[in-house]
Amino acid sequence: MHGMNTTEAAAAAGGAPRVSTINEAVIRIAGNSQDGIQAIGGFLARLAGRTEQEVMTFMTIPSTISGGPSIFQVRIGSGEVLSAGDEADVLLAFYQHSYDGHLASLRPGGLVLYDTDHVQPNPEMQGRYRHVGIPISTLTIEAIGGTAKDKGKNVFALGLLARMFDLDVPKLEELITERFKGKDESVLKNAMAAFHAGYGYTVGAWTETYRFAEARHRSGRQVVMNGNEALAYGVIAAGVRFGAAYPITPWSDVMEILRRELPKYGGTFVQCEDEIAAISMANGASFAGRVAVTGSSGPGISLKMESLGWAVMSEVPLVVINIQRGGPSTGLPTQVEQSDLNLACYGSHGDAPRVVLAPADVEDCFYTAIEAVNIARKYNVPVFILSDQAIATRIEAFPTPDLEKVCQDISPDFTPVAEYKPYDLSSPDGVTPRVVPGTRILNGRYPVAGGLEHDEMGHPTGSPRLHMEMTAKRRRKLQALARTLPVPKVYGPPEGRLLLVGWGSTRGPIQEAVDRARAAGESISSLHLKHLYPLPPGLEEIFAGFGSIRVVEMNDEGLYGYGQLAGLLRARFCDSRIAGINKTDGLTWKVKEILERARAVLAAGPAPEQPVHAS
Amino acid sequence: MDKPPVLSPDASRTVPAAPERKPLTKKELAADHPTWCPGCGDFSVLALYFKLIEKRRLWQEKITTISGIGCSSRFPYFVQSYGAHYIHGRSLAFASGVALSRPDLHVFVFGGDGDLFSIGGNHFTHTARKNIKLTCVAMDNWVYGLTKKQTSPTSPLGFKSKTDVWGAVDYPINPVKQALAAGATFVARTTHSNPNHVMQMMEAAMDHDGFSFIECLSECVEFYEGAFDAANPRKGGVFNTVPATHDVTNEVAAYKLADEPFPGYFGIFYQVQRPTKGAREAELIAAAREKLKGLKDWQILQKTFEKMQ
Repeated sequence: MHGMNTTEAAAAAGGAPRVSTINEAVIRIAGNSQDGIQAIGGFLARLAGRTEQEVMTFMTIPSTISGGPSIFQVRIGSGEVLSAGDEADVLLAFYQHSYDGHLASLRPGGLVLYDTDHVQPNPEMQGRYRHVGIPISTLTIEAIGGTAKDKGKNVFALGLLARMFDLDVPKLEELITERFKGKDESVLKNAMAAFHAGYGYTVGAWTETYRFAEARHRSGRQVVMNGNEALAYGVIAAGVRFGAAYPITPWSDVMEILRRELPKYGGTFVQCEDEIAAISMANGASFAGRVAVTGSSGPGISLKMESLGWAVMSEVPLVVINIQRGGPSTGLPTQVEQSDLNLACYGSHGDAPRVVLAPADVEDCFYTAIEAVNIARKYNVPVFILSDQAIATRIEAFPTPDLEKVCQDISPDFTPVAEYKPYDLSSPDGVTPRVVPGTRILNGRYPVAGGLEHDEMGHPTGSPRLHMEMTAKRRRKLQALARTLPVPKVYGPPEGRLLLVGWGSTRGPIQEAVDRARAAGESISSLHLKHLYPLPPGLEEIFAGFGSIRVVEMNDEGLYGYGQLAGLLRARFCDSRIAGINKTDGLTWKVKEILERARAVLAAGPAPEQPVHAS
Repeated sequence: MDKPPVLSPDASRTVPAAPERKPLTKKELAADHPTWCPGCGDFSVLALYFKLIEKRRLWQEKITTISGIGCSSRFPYFVQSYGAHYIHGRSLAFASGVALSRPDLHVFVFGGDGDLFSIGGNHFTHTARKNIKLTCVAMDNWVYGLTKKQTSPTSPLGFKSKTDVWGAVDYPINPVKQALAAGATFVARTTHSNPNHVMQMMEAAMDHDGFSFIECLSECVEFYEGAFDAANPRKGGVFNTVPATHDVTNEVAAYKLADEPFPGYFGIFYQVQRPTKGAREAELIAAAREKLKGLKDWQILQKTFEKMQ
C-alpha cells in the first residue's frame, strides 16, 4: 500500500467495508518466537507464490534458546518486489513489547492490529497510526475449545489477515492442511477452527479491506523457500552426494536439509566432531572422486582455513558455503553482516587462490550452488559461496527450475588411463583433469595428493623452479576462469554521476534505491557483482561511465574509509573514485538508508582526480 | 553410496587392452626412496605394508594410503598407490571422507603419536566411535621426530626433550586405552622389531569390518634410541603376546591388559562386530530410496519442490 496507487473499488452497500485494490503490502507480525510467527509468515509467503504474487520476507531469530521476541515481515506485491520493505503498512502486535518495539516500523497512517488481551495501546499514538484492537487470545481459546495455552493465535491472526487482504481462502486452507497433516487429527481441526474464527471476525473492525491487483502472469508454478533451502537443493541438483559439517547458526539448516535429503539420492551428509573434521572429510570425499560440500558461518570458516589451503595446493575441488553473520569472534550470531569477504578471498596461509561467489537472492542461491560445483570440478579448486544471515532466512517465490535440465550427474569416470600426471605443467591454463582412486593407471605410476609443494606427479620438491611454476599454475587457472565470466550488467543507464556497487544479498534494496532515485531525476545506477574472486571482465569500462563509485556493503568502512569489496576493487583498479557506503548495525539495508547516503555523495560533488594518499 | 560407483566411460580416453594381472611386487609398489633416517622403525612398517598388498593381492587403484604430518606421515610418497598427504592431525577425518564415499577402496591411514593423539586427538576419538571402516596404524615413537626432539603425547614422564629439558612433566597417553575408551572395534598392539607379528596384526586389521587400530611401536633411532629395547628380546627385552585366555570381546579385560606397565602385551586386545558408519548410512539410504523406486534424481527433487509450491 505504501507509495502505491490504491484504487477505490466498488464499495458494497449496507455498511460493508470499502474494498481498495493495492499493488503491494508490507505486513509485520511481532510476537514471541514460540507463537508460530514464522509459520504465519510462511503461509503468507507460500500463498503469494501460489497466486503468482512476488514476495519477500524478513525475520529475526531470537538469540535465546527458549524463544523470545521475534518478528516476521512479509512484503507481497503484484509487481516486482526487491526488498522486504522499509516500513510496514500493517503491524500485527501480540504483546506489549511487540507493540512498543515495533510501532515505529509502521508508516505514518499505517494500521496496527493488536491483541487487547495483552496490549495497552499508547493514546498518544492513536492519531498517528490507525488502531484496531481485537481480543486475539480470548477468541482463539473460544474457537478451539479453550485448552491449549495460547496455541493457535497465529492461525487466528492469519484468518484476520486473510479477511483484511481478501486472500484466497481455499488455497490457505490447503496450505494449513499440508502443514498439519500427519500430526494428530485434532491439531488440524483446531487450526482450521482458529483460522475461520479469525476470518469470520467482523465486529465493526473493518472499515476498509484490500485486494491485490492481478499479478503479471508467470508461466509455470513458483516455488517458495528461503536462501538456505535454495542452497541445499542447489547442491543436490548439482549432483553433490557427500557433505560434512558442524552445526552453527545460521548455517545449520543447510546441513539439516542435506542430512535429511541426501539419502534419497544415495548420498550421505555427516555431522562431524568439529569444523576441521568437516572440511577434511569433504576434502577426502572430493579427493575420492566427486565434489563434496562443507559449510559453516564465520567462526567455523576461520577454523577451516588450513584445510582449504590443502585443497588449493593439491588441486582438489571443493565447495565451501559460508552463511555470514556479524563478527569478529562469536560476534552477532543471529544478525547479518558481509564481513567475511576478505576471509573468503584471502584466508589461509601462503598464496592460495580460490574462487568466491555471492548469490544475490534466494533463487540465485539455487543456481549459484550449481555454478560453484561446476567451477570446482572444471578448475579443481575450492569455491566459496558467500551467503548471509539475511538471505538465509528470507523467503522468496521464484519460478520452479527446470529440474530435468538443471540436475546433473557428476559421477567420476573410472576408465583406465595409460598414464597420469596430476600436476602436469603443460596443461592449458594450468587446468589438469583429475583421475581419481579406482581408476587404473597402466604405467603403474600413481599420484599422491599432498600439501607439500610437489612435482608433476605430486611428490615433494623444494625446487625453486617448481614452486614458481606450480604457484603460477594454481593462479593461471583462476585467470582462465576470469576470462569466461560474464560482464555484469549495469542497473540503470550505463553512464551517470554515481554508480552503486553491491554484492550478495543487498541487490534488492540497492536496486530499489536506484529506482527511487531515478524517479526523482537523480543520476544513479547500480552494479551487482556475483563473481567476487576472480572478478569478471569489463568493470573498468563500466566504472569509466560514472563520476563516483560507492560500494554498498554491510561491513566496516575500514581504516582507510572503504569496506572489503571496495578494498578489493581499489587494489584491482587503482581507482580513487571508489569508496564505501558501509554500515555495521547487524540489520539489512533499508532503501532509504542507501538513498540518503547516495544523495550525500552526489551533494559532495565529483571525486578527487588523484588518489587521496598521494604524498 | 550403497551401490558400487557408476562407470561412465569417457570416449576421449584411450583404453589399451589390460594385460593379465599378477600380484604386485615390492618393486612395483615402491615409489620415492624413504626420507627416514637409517635404522628407523618406520622402514619395517613400510616393508610389511608392501608385503600385505602383495600377499592379499590388492591393486594399486583400489588402495588409498593416507597420512597427516610427521616423519611416519611421509608414508604415502613411498607407496605406488593412490595416496594423500593431508594436513597435520586431520588424516583420519580426511580418510573418513574417502571411506564413506568410496566403500570399494581399502583405506589405510599411517600416522605418528603426535599426529594422531595430540593435534588429531579429537578425530581419533570420533573416527573410532563412528566405526568408520579403515585401518589406522599409529607408528608410535614417543617423540616428535620431524621437528627434532620435542615431547610427544606418548613421551614417558621424565623424557628429556628440547621442550622439556628437565624431563617430561605431563602424563602420557596410552594409545590402546585411548582407542578402547573411544569405542574402537579393533584394537591391537605390535612393534616394528617383530615383523611377523606386525604382518599378522595388519592382516587381521584389514579383514576387520570397522575401524581397526594398531599401535605399532616404531623406534626413532635419532631422538629416542633404545626406547623400546625392553620389548625386544634381541636387546634383552621381552615380547609378551596377549594371553591365549584373553577374551577379545571383553572391553574391561582389554583395558586391564593395556594398563600393564611397559613393555606390556602385544596382539589383539579387543575386537567386536558393530555396524560400521557406512553400513548404517547405507541402511538409511536404502530406506529413503525404497519409497522412490524408479524415480530419477531430478524427479525426486521435483517431488520435493512440488511441496514447496
